[in-house]
Amino acid sequence: MADVTTHEHAPHVHVTPLTTYFLVFFALAIGTILTVAASRFDLGMWNTPIALVIATIKAVLVILFFMHVIHSTRLTWVVIVASFLWLGVLFVLTFADYLTRVWKIY
Amino acid sequence: MSVVTNDPHAHHPFLQHHFEDLGQQHEASTLGMWMFLATEILFFGGVLCAYWIYRVMYPEAWAIGAAQQIWWLGAINTIVLIVSSLTMALAVRNAQLGRRMGTVYMLIATLFFGSIFLGVKAYEYAKHWQEGLFPGASFHWNEVPALAPKVQLFMTFYWTLTGLHALHMVIGAGLLLWFIWRAWKGHFGPEYYGPVEIMGLYWHFVDIVWIFLFPFLYLIHGAHHG
Repeated sequence: MADVTTHEHAPHVHVTPLTTYFLVFFALAIGTILTVAASRFDLGMWNTPIALVIATIKAVLVILFFMHVIHSTRLTWVVIVASFLWLGVLFVLTFADYLTRVWKIY
Repeated sequence: MSVVTNDPHAHHPFLQHHFEDLGQQHEASTLGMWMFLATEILFFGGVLCAYWIYRVMYPEAWAIGAAQQIWWLGAINTIVLIVSSLTMALAVRNAQLGRRMGTVYMLIATLFFGSIFLGVKAYEYAKHWQEGLFPGASFHWNEVPALAPKVQLFMTFYWTLTGLHALHMVIGAGLLLWFIWRAWKGHFGPEYYGPVEIMGLYWHFVDIVWIFLFPFLYLIHGAHHG
């Protein structure tokens, strides 16, 4: 332990520019308007996927920029990716059961 | 609150003794918060999974249930929450830059918009209650008798999901009050903004939950006719 710290290492501060925050905000607002607008039209089977895709894009924008994950450590990325992976397992395995009951006895 | 010293025994007042330095403490707390959010993602995910199974089973009832909502109140609340997320992000930025009052003002703004959201939600709850849309013995909706139990099931998901979300908002509002006080006391700055960042992670997560709840509960196609 030759290199005993004589001063404290402050956290690495990455200050996001204001323009980034405001651009993300406007993208989220436009996404909300698009969600409402898309729900007003009968797009057949596409209404639900469109709403899901817009919501997912909005969530990714919040996670990357508002939650600063874009500048986070690899370990934080692993935790986040793993949590959504498990969420995927939860949905895929459950639907693999319910959606394949062709006799429609739920 | 900057601590500039060459004394090896002096340390930042908020550096916990089990961490080497503030940088390590910051990384550990960010990682820990994401671990917690992982459990939250799966917690809401479980309810949403059940919601989707029943939505696939009873699509008509789900469209009728969503039609009971005032879609534009949900849309306004979505925008209000997005604004509160912006002010929360700006509070973190001000803390990073050592702007004490800027942090205080942005946290107050976040609390303000969060309170507006809860106020609108309370109005919606009161309306649903009066219209007999609370599941249980007081449930009155019976326009299509065959679908009534399934519409009631949708409303159960509605109250559960929005209720859990609102509970998170109330907890967030309480935390914000505490953070406003701490920011006012000058606890945060460029070398110690971690807690504000983690408050932000929680607040943004709750925003993300609502980003999904809004289309799921208010905007099912064929739902709103006027």
